[in-house]
Amino acid sequence: MKNLKKATKVDFATYLGVTVSFVIMYILQTGGHLSSSIAGQLVPICCFIVMAVSLNLVVGISGELSLGHAGFMSVGAFGGIIAAQSLAGAVPFAPLRLTIAIVVGALCAVIIGFVVGVPVLRLRGDYLAIVTLAFGQIIKDLINCLLVGYDSHGLHIMFNISGLKSINDLHLEETGKAIIKGAQGAVGITKISSFPAGFILVMLALVIVLNLIRSRSGRAIMAIRDNRIAAESVGLNITKYKLMAFVLSAAMAGAAGALYGLNYGSLVASRFDFNTSILVLVYVVLGGLGNIWGSIIATVVLYMLPEALRQFSNYRMLVYAIVLILVMLATNNDQLKALLRRIIPTRKEADAQ
Amino acid sequence: MVFFTYLISGISLGSVYAIIALGYTMVYGIAKMLNFAHGDVIMVGGYICYIALNSLGLPAVLAVILAMIVCTVLGVVIEGLAYKPLRQAGSLAVLITAIGVSYFLQNAAQLIWGATPKNFTSVVHFNLPSGLMSLGLSSEALITVLACIVIMVALTAFVNHSKLGKAMRACSEDKGAAQLMGINVNRTISMTFAIGSALAAIAGVLLCSSYPVLQPTTGSMPGIKAFTAAVFGGIGSIPGAFIGGLLLGVIESLAKAYISTTLANSIVFAVLIVVLLVKPTGLLGKYAPEKV
Repeated sequence: MKNLKKATKVDFATYLGVTVSFVIMYILQTGGHLSSSIAGQLVPICCFIVMAVSLNLVVGISGELSLGHAGFMSVGAFGGIIAAQSLAGAVPFAPLRLTIAIVVGALCAVIIGFVVGVPVLRLRGDYLAIVTLAFGQIIKDLINCLLVGYDSHGLHIMFNISGLKSINDLHLEETGKAIIKGAQGAVGITKISSFPAGFILVMLALVIVLNLIRSRSGRAIMAIRDNRIAAESVGLNITKYKLMAFVLSAAMAGAAGALYGLNYGSLVASRFDFNTSILVLVYVVLGGLGNIWGSIIATVVLYMLPEALRQFSNYRMLVYAIVLILVMLATNNDQLKALLRRIIPTRKEADAQ
Repeated sequence: MVFFTYLISGISLGSVYAIIALGYTMVYGIAKMLNFAHGDVIMVGGYICYIALNSLGLPAVLAVILAMIVCTVLGVVIEGLAYKPLRQAGSLAVLITAIGVSYFLQNAAQLIWGATPKNFTSVVHFNLPSGLMSLGLSSEALITVLACIVIMVALTAFVNHSKLGKAMRACSEDKGAAQLMGINVNRTISMTFAIGSALAAIAGVLLCSSYPVLQPTTGSMPGIKAFTAAVFGGIGSIPGAFIGGLLLGVIESLAKAYISTTLANSIVFAVLIVVLLVKPTGLLGKYAPEKV
């Protein structure tokens, strides 16, 4: 272990921490020691960890502010639901169907990520932020117009732009079933998500992101973040690397979305609105930009926080807001930072000594 | 004829967006921050006016003035408590704090005034001649458009000619240099927040007069739209916010009427994306090439 680089040690500690916490939670869950409210949150937490890790790739590593990350989650969720629901007869084995659904969800998000990324990544800073925000809203509205059903002839898809059509206009057979009913969202979903699947997805996301960061491409992406002009002048292809981070992040968000969607009996598109994007962004920023294990911890803590604040009942979201503001103020306070530095010498200073 | 009606409702809606966008753009121009809590200041303005009209029984003009005063104080307090300590921090830290403030305002409003929507009574109490009414023009729409034009003209004059306006422009260009010239940067930023919040109060009252449903989330969507309008016109530019707001309102209203009600917002955002791709700094935004 001694010969390993510090970064590698941190990575291994991250994998280890996630695995250990999974094993503990899994044993508690199968033993029936968890309250139903906590047990019900295991899969969503895994999804949001993947979301935070993938958004960290865009915001922290690539340095682009994205406010539409939930849009990719939405695409993945509904893509995955369509795949899982229509394959219910063909693939009876649920874990395999879940895998297919997650892959389909990720692919849908990749396609959308590519379509959005190619033109949009030319913009910078706050302009990029507003365009990703706009994109998230458009996705939500488009899915609200989507009518999808399945029968023996295959999938029936219709766009309800006028707002007058309903699921009956698909003319499904008697045995067919509706999958997405416009603004009512996806209905009658067979829940096939499981906590182990969530764990595998989290580990997969970690392996992808951590290996990318330590690779040549990852260093190129960070170089572009730190100084675009200098990076360009040493011959890095800016568009290629930015797009790589963006699309990869979209794929992971899509996979997380598919897992999330298949964890509920019904799902509406407004679940993935602007507020969800912001929620994930808060996880990333509070966990520390570019810090992957920070994102994981921040996600778990902040996801559980409203639950833990239940004793404040009506005041809990108010307390949540105050905690959020105070944490931001405290972490950016120079005096507090100086105080902390005196107590715990940081890594850099320790190395210098 | 029908087209004219939709056009008028679009211009009226656009005027509200423009007033909100002016607040956004001024704050962005000077503090370089996206103030996501701006939309919620609108909501607070609406509630204060509602209370003043219905519980205190004040006349409409006093109610609006009271709403403006409360929002101005609120804006300055928010700036002082939450944003000022983060002046040196990264823009994302400020963004998250602004989101925290937005959550705070929404939830505080819900605790104080309840989650059930309130039925806002219009502050406009005169009727137009029937000839104008038949054109689809309402008295609220007329007042909104007039208010927007007056605010726009006054703000332009203020920023271009007054001493404080000059200080604002100086701060937005170069804070360090402005400080060396003896400008109190912190006070100038506070003043910008004060003006922006007062405008938000007016926008809130006008918005609720035209669309009389008042609830804790009333401000969020118009806030996002106005932010879009500010970017659309070129963020940091006052005429840009005005034009962006008007265009956005008209596009939204016409899209609702002729294309699809459910997709109206999407169409607005799609137009924004196209505009930004063609002109990456917005319609009237200044192109600032990077120097190496």
